[in-house]
Amino acid sequence: MERIPILQMGAYLLVTIQVDMHDQLAMTLQDDLSEKISKTSARGVLIDISALDMVDSFIGRMIGTISGLSRIMDAETVLVGMQPAVAITLVELGMTLPGVSTALNVERGMRLLQDRVSSS
Amino acid sequence: MNVVSSGTQPVRIEQDVVLARQTTRKLAQDCGMRLIDLTKLVTAVSELARNTMVYGGGGDMDWEVLDDGTRKGVRLTFRDEGPGIPDLKLAMTDGWTSGGGLGLGLTGARRLVEDFELDTEPGKGTRVTIARWT
Repeated sequence: MERIPILQMGAYLLVTIQVDMHDQLAMTLQDDLSEKISKTSARGVLIDISALDMVDSFIGRMIGTISGLSRIMDAETVLVGMQPAVAITLVELGMTLPGVSTALNVERGMRLLQDRVSSS
Repeated sequence: MNVVSSGTQPVRIEQDVVLARQTTRKLAQDCGMRLIDLTKLVTAVSELARNTMVYGGGGDMDWEVLDDGTRKGVRLTFRDEGPGIPDLKLAMTDGWTSGGGLGLGLTGARRLVEDFELDTEPGKGTRVTIARWT
């Protein structure tokens, strides 16, 4: 089965979405991530969507769900790399991703995660 | 208005939604559509193709490249022979969903395009036509 890889780096999990996702792939990622957070006791999750040229309501909802469930499992999620055209479209679509932390790139996202985790 | 080219592709399984997005992206790029407009159109296609697959029980997407003499456009029609939409007013309300979604698909798609037309008849099916211009 096709999956999006989840990499572990110390207390953090890294996900880079580089494929045009169909819905099942998004659902699988959601399940895999929650399992991985629990197995590795990860404190932070970084999701890089810089290669995604479209985020629709389904993917947007998946991002919101991942962020919410990781918080319940004592991990922070930061979404990084959203392309400007994607951001504009998402807002117009009616999704502002409330409760989801974002950063412009991986470096800033990582710093944000480290700050959050060390202060908690 | 001139139809430069046209075609049809199925929207029955999840992978078809991805293919519908890819076809639309290619057509819009060939028209020279701006990235922001193209992204909006592709996102609208994703929402509507998913609706066709999930709520319409599968159907087809017709695509057309248009030229009105001054600008080019891409027009997409999503057709299904599913149950139709019994209460259109309700379905066009932000946040309302008959499924497990967010209720942003139909209303969101309408906001993302310039032309939007919806025909539905309970028991007969639904047809949504959208277009965006360069």
